[in-house]
Amino acid sequence: MSSAAIARPVRFSSLGPYMVAGIVVLFLGAFLLVPVLKVIQVAFQDPSSGSFTMVNFQDFFNSSLFRQSFFNSVYVSGMSVVFASAFALPLAYFTTRFNFSGSVIIQTLAFVPLIMPPFIGAVAMQLLFGSNGSVNLLMRDWFGFDIPFMEGLNGVIFVQSIHYFPFILINLSASLQNIDRSMEEAGQMLGSSGFRLFRRIVFPLAMPGYIAGASLVFVKVFDDLGTPLLLNVNTMLAPQAYLRISSIGISDPMGYVISCILIVFSVFAMWVAFLGMRGKDYSTTQKGGGGLSKRDLRSHEAILCYVVIFSILGIVLAPHLGLLLLSFGSVWSFSVLPDSFTTSHYGTAFTSAWTFIKNTLIYAGLAGVIDIVLGTAIAYVVMRTNVIGRKWLDYLAVSALAVPGVVLGIGYLRVFYGVNMPFTDQPMATWWGIIVIALAVRRLPYALRSCTAALQQVSPSLEEASENLGASKFRTVRRIVVPLMASGLVAGFVTSFSTAAVELSATIMLVSTENDAPLAYGLYLFMQSAAGRGPGAALGVMAVIIVGLATYLSHRMVDRARQQRSSMEQATGDVA
Amino acid sequence: MTTMQTSPVQIDIENLSLSFGNTEVLKGVNLAIRPGEFFAFLGPSGSGKSTLLRAIAGFGPTPKGQIKLDGQDIVGSVPWQRNVGMVFQSYALWPHMTVAKNVAFGLEERKVPASEIGPKVRAALELVGMGDYAERFPSQLSGGQQQRVALARTIVVEPRVLLLDEPLSNLDANLRVQMRQDLLKLQRRLGITTIFVTHDQEEANTICDRIAVMADGVVQQIGRPDEVYDNPANSFVAKFLGTANILQGVVAQADGGMHFECGDSLRIPVAADEKPGKAQLVVRPESIELEAAATSGGLAGKVDSAEFLGGMVRYAVDVSGQQLLVDERHTRGKKRMDKGEIVSLKLDPEQAVLIRD
Repeated sequence: MSSAAIARPVRFSSLGPYMVAGIVVLFLGAFLLVPVLKVIQVAFQDPSSGSFTMVNFQDFFNSSLFRQSFFNSVYVSGMSVVFASAFALPLAYFTTRFNFSGSVIIQTLAFVPLIMPPFIGAVAMQLLFGSNGSVNLLMRDWFGFDIPFMEGLNGVIFVQSIHYFPFILINLSASLQNIDRSMEEAGQMLGSSGFRLFRRIVFPLAMPGYIAGASLVFVKVFDDLGTPLLLNVNTMLAPQAYLRISSIGISDPMGYVISCILIVFSVFAMWVAFLGMRGKDYSTTQKGGGGLSKRDLRSHEAILCYVVIFSILGIVLAPHLGLLLLSFGSVWSFSVLPDSFTTSHYGTAFTSAWTFIKNTLIYAGLAGVIDIVLGTAIAYVVMRTNVIGRKWLDYLAVSALAVPGVVLGIGYLRVFYGVNMPFTDQPMATWWGIIVIALAVRRLPYALRSCTAALQQVSPSLEEASENLGASKFRTVRRIVVPLMASGLVAGFVTSFSTAAVELSATIMLVSTENDAPLAYGLYLFMQSAAGRGPGAALGVMAVIIVGLATYLSHRMVDRARQQRSSMEQATGDVA
Repeated sequence: MTTMQTSPVQIDIENLSLSFGNTEVLKGVNLAIRPGEFFAFLGPSGSGKSTLLRAIAGFGPTPKGQIKLDGQDIVGSVPWQRNVGMVFQSYALWPHMTVAKNVAFGLEERKVPASEIGPKVRAALELVGMGDYAERFPSQLSGGQQQRVALARTIVVEPRVLLLDEPLSNLDANLRVQMRQDLLKLQRRLGITTIFVTHDQEEANTICDRIAVMADGVVQQIGRPDEVYDNPANSFVAKFLGTANILQGVVAQADGGMHFECGDSLRIPVAADEKPGKAQLVVRPESIELEAAATSGGLAGKVDSAEFLGGMVRYAVDVSGQQLLVDERHTRGKKRMDKGEIVSLKLDPEQAVLIRD
């Protein structure tokens, strides 16, 4: 009776999947594996003789500056996870578990921080929360004291947790949405309710998602370069690596040693996430289940929820508000609000930064396309073919997560400086295309996750039906699988696109001329000077609006696809 | 296991209506379930049976009307204060807790002293035959085992009533037969008023004291399974329970008595107090006798098809344009009638039920 009894024929005859897998392996080998291995190799190499040595690591740990940087990086990352959790938890819970007018808008707004480079937010946050920022000026007037939100490491933690909390929100929301209604109802039936029910049933079931999100935040903060750089906090690992390479040169071993440590920590955090999730596939929507439990709020509960939500949104959107004020403000210094308002920054931004905008659209767009093509190919090979070693393809792609942007940048500089482009004889490391590739490799894990999730929702029997009716493998993928995956692919593209558009860590290393620079780099340049801040902020506002719109639209598409699917299930299932 | 014995509760459902948005799912349900009864809600998909069960447990929109447990109305009270036990169709075992933890949950929520929880959990697991699995996780159990744990988790808190939502639908056929007997034994032992939701008439018929047949959010008929089968209240019930021939015709005065007439050849005497007018006659296939044409005297018909069902053969017989299903007991070597063969049908008036929809 079971179809598993009939062994699926092994399709060794078809070489197609192997060719696809081969192309993916070549790409990832050249642009991920080789550069990273090169970085590790150099870290263990004596700079003069080229022989194996541990002396570089000894030098690193003998330096109090590096030890301090190491400690600071760990501390900042840990605290950022704590604060990011405090922001994400209420938002995820309220919007997934209650019937809430405006849930979609709240979820979309909560994604907004992701679409702005954290270092731009940092500038705005200085103006709002810095020692002479709006909030502290007011507090000094009213209460006679101020809070050092932005002092040293505090500032990095504050900016980072606001920027990266959506990672926890996304994963936690997804986990919460996978908890079948009957799981909670069984708890209620046995006498549990309210916060106890949440603590004993809901949160443990959502734990895998939370851990996935939290470890991602840890890694991202640990690896981030732009924010500490802009806040002038240089005693952290990533800024140290950048400063060594940019000021001393690509032969200085310290940059490579730091890169190794960044990799080790990233791998460690991912391992923790893996341990936390092992054997815990708690997705509990199942046959006979009742779907998601959402309940109506009583009016006083609703008011309380809105207060909490708007407080959090107020904080996490503060950088955007600050940016908006900055973009319209003529002079803003030592005052609660700008002295007067103007629109001239937008004009300046358009005329002087058009190249940056154009480059960003091209780079991030290309990277997004590369990612969903690679993502679909990998997901398909892993889940639907018998290619030997297909699991490793998945591991290889996902391992990009453990490679900090700084490391990839350093690796590309080291490896591709010696490779010349055909026709132009320009070093490959200075070609604009290398930026696209770096972005694509770095964002591939996210796109792959979307593609895998989308493919999981396409039942193999739908493909078999197509093949049964005479469509070839390739045509089946094109006519059945990809259309059914469409909403997931769009989500993957938007994630890749919007995060690539604001990435700085790798690009700051790879941009060779201002003409090739993307928006993030341009913004970074603008933000360096006081005069550039207005136009820089105007640019930032435009970026936020464009990417925000794209995110909202993809949300709507994914939502609509989900509704279609659930109405289809309802039509075929028992609705009594 | 006397500790789990509770004094059984009477359930009265009065004029209960419930809507999802603009869709009316329950339309004025009235039911009285006796203390200690094993009661079934039987009906097709969309009949409202699960919605009614969930309303008793306190899930879903708040209904209009009353649900009384021993005379006390529980509509509007929150699920966690009702002490109504429910076994979910999906079992809803929490994957992050062991079997023992799952079962202990309700006791912990009730602040039962820790020293009593262990023995109670063990006793409940023993009762469902899962004593050896306390430290397993739900994912390490088969469907049938999960079902038993779900039962143990529900009964350990000694709920006032036990609600079973399609409890057997996720089990394979053999296990289903075994499990329904186990359920019945357990219910008798605990003496707890139990409601069983199913779309499978065999399940309801075999283990339930009484059934309520539901369709379109309305209770169509209540009674013992055999009573309902023998005396269906309307054509829906007649067709939903077993197989039925439903003949369209009229009741009319003839030959000095009331008769049901259908076509030219069919005339069956009915009770003298039946009113004249349109009516339907329900005749079960097994209550029609079929003979070769030679032994005349009955209704003449022609065999359209024959299906061999093992213990019997089901014939479709054309009687002047109407098709009647007739079941004939099959014994070893008995000859089967062929398609086109002329036969004679005998219909005992005692076996026919007159209904008017």
